[in-house]
Amino acid sequence: MNAPESAPRRVSPWALWLPLALFAGFLALVFHGLAKPGSTEVESAMIGKPLPQFDLPPAVEDRPGLTTSDLRQGKPRLLNIFASWCVPCAVESPQLEALRQQGVAIDGIAIRDRREDVAMFLERNGNPYARIGKDDVSAVQLAIGSSGVPESFVIDGKGVIRYQHIGEIRTDDLPLIREKLREAEQ
Amino acid sequence: MRLLLLILAMLFAVPVTAQDTMPPAPWAYRQLDDPEQEARAQALMETLRCLKCQSQSIADSDAPMAGDMRSQVRQRIAAGEDPEAIRAWLVERYGDYVSYTPRLTSLTWPLFALPLLLLAAIALLLRRRLRKGDGS
Repeated sequence: MNAPESAPRRVSPWALWLPLALFAGFLALVFHGLAKPGSTEVESAMIGKPLPQFDLPPAVEDRPGLTTSDLRQGKPRLLNIFASWCVPCAVESPQLEALRQQGVAIDGIAIRDRREDVAMFLERNGNPYARIGKDDVSAVQLAIGSSGVPESFVIDGKGVIRYQHIGEIRTDDLPLIREKLREAEQ
Repeated sequence: MRLLLLILAMLFAVPVTAQDTMPPAPWAYRQLDDPEQEARAQALMETLRCLKCQSQSIADSDAPMAGDMRSQVRQRIAAGEDPEAIRAWLVERYGDYVSYTPRLTSLTWPLFALPLLLLAAIALLLRRRLRKGDGS
């Protein structure tokens, strides 16, 4: 039997423990990522910036269309991006109606939608909107940095985007939305 | 028999998706007539992220919103806009997230610096080793 020839070399403690420490760090990262996956929401980078210029035709017969100057009337307004084909949009209807009854001015933009479908959607879920613009190619949606439906934007009296709410507005989101509308008054 | 039915049901299941019934945007699936312009639009679209699907470029995605983005990219290219200006317009709205081309910023510089540092470290190590080799 041949004994290993080389005498045991002194291994620096760094060489021994550093790889293990790196591996432990890597594991910690993996488990952190598993336990708390990052958000997949794409936030608009337009908060604090003025609304881009747009002029949308009406989406239904009994409400006018929507232009940038309609959202620059000296008082904050809630701009709701929705669509009749969007399921969560129906979920937030009661919350929008509650806001409207408390005196919040709400305008809508219907994304890729047909007039008759929007009309049917509003008949079924109520119509909290003062104006509804029709955006057939998501042009305004892209211009304000919105990446889906529903999304709601708080616009202040000067037409500056102040806050973005991604996804449907639930009852427990209402205090925050009201707070942001109040902030936009200043 | 029940299993067969189950398998059949699974095969023909229609996923419940929220999709609109509108026709795609005019330039979503139509190439520009000028091949040189189309090539520039295509190159840009391949480096823009689909916001709905997130792991695909807008050139790869059939999501209606990706179609709308393609249509807008092609229209702007046809109008003579520079591809990088279109990218900048989108980054202004969605942040760096929308672009697949990494930029050198205060956040991303380590990604660019680290390989250079590693290469320098390797060069240093190699030089020391080779010198040692000469000596013995």
